[in-house]
Amino acid sequence: MATMREIKRRKESIQSTQQITKAMKVVSSAKLQKAKAKAENTHAYFNQMYATVSSMLAKSGTIDHPYLKAGQSEKKAIIAITSNRGLAGGYNSNIVKLITGSDFKKEDIILYTIGRKGRDVLKGKGFEIAGDYSDAIEAPLYQDAVDVGKDVLAKFAAGEIGEIYLAYTHFKNTVVHIPKMIKLLPVDISTDGTGESAADKAMMNYEPNEEEALDAIIPKYIYSLIYGGMNEAVASENGARMQAMDNASSNAEAMIESLSLLYNRARQSSITQELTEIIAGADAVG
Amino acid sequence: MADMFTVKVITPDRVFYEGEVSMVELKTTEGDIGVYKNHIPMTCIVAPGVLNLYEAAGVKKAALHTGFVEILQDQVTILAEVAEWPEEIDKNRAEEARIRAERRLSGKDGSIDVARAELALKKALLRIKLSS
Repeated sequence: MATMREIKRRKESIQSTQQITKAMKVVSSAKLQKAKAKAENTHAYFNQMYATVSSMLAKSGTIDHPYLKAGQSEKKAIIAITSNRGLAGGYNSNIVKLITGSDFKKEDIILYTIGRKGRDVLKGKGFEIAGDYSDAIEAPLYQDAVDVGKDVLAKFAAGEIGEIYLAYTHFKNTVVHIPKMIKLLPVDISTDGTGESAADKAMMNYEPNEEEALDAIIPKYIYSLIYGGMNEAVASENGARMQAMDNASSNAEAMIESLSLLYNRARQSSITQELTEIIAGADAVG
Repeated sequence: MADMFTVKVITPDRVFYEGEVSMVELKTTEGDIGVYKNHIPMTCIVAPGVLNLYEAAGVKKAALHTGFVEILQDQVTILAEVAEWPEEIDKNRAEEARIRAERRLSGKDGSIDVARAELALKKALLRIKLSS
């Protein structure tokens, strides 16, 4: 049986760890509230953008535009959004798994990473990393999304990549976060269910003309998707960390409880032993 | 009084404006346009310019940079990357940006992105005009 001192030391160390995990939980739940509000604010812009783009495309099925068809290249760019910090449960590794488990061949993937954790792991696995924007995830600005988007679109326009994907964690609610991979380019918006609204807007006119309007609007659509993805990822990250820290705190609680039991038992047995020894000594003397 | 219709101005970070107006004026890449109710459905690209919202109580002005506008018969939706009320504009910063852009344009060493500098100048001029 472990000595009393060992048990006590162990218990104290777990207690101090628990203090840290508790503090981290409080911090991440405060950050979560902020990130959640921000993610919700960006929704209005994104939804309107989606509605506009899908109604444009529903109507203009015959338009031959480079953004609407896959490029010649086999290469696929993936914008992977993870976090700069760990201790968030499976948050980062889920995105990594999403990419390593995808159907694409490893040689065909070109990564644009936002978030150091994902970048380091994916680099270690031998993926090609073309760009890194990890600083942006601390506090995503719309301009950051534009920077990433511009780089990727330039490669697409130059024919170096054929398709563009975005891998991020969808923030469904505080406890459910779903890693997701969506296709950014070529634009692929299913017209199911939007048929009615498309008919409503069938008379839509474009100025200067449809192609130039698409030229201007599609990049903005991509930027808004990236920006929305970044905001949702930040909210998910903090949600995941809050959960992980909550679990860690309650695990620590359970460990402390069982160690306390062990400690008390050890203490009692040492007292009993001392008593036995004293009595035996007294008997011998008497 | 003309018929009122709904105007929404949405930026990536917030719903900038939502309200009933009798007319909205803005600048597109093809020139300035004014929209009343029952306009034909149209989508245009926004150029940096002043947005005038003719509310029942008076005219509201705002600066509008890059984006696009979707006009329907009873609703106008403006998706802007940046939109600002005059009181939000930092005039000194805009003045600095104007000087920087002008310098870059007058430099003419061929290494600058003229289109970008011109856009920056337009934005700066718009901000100065609205805030003064």
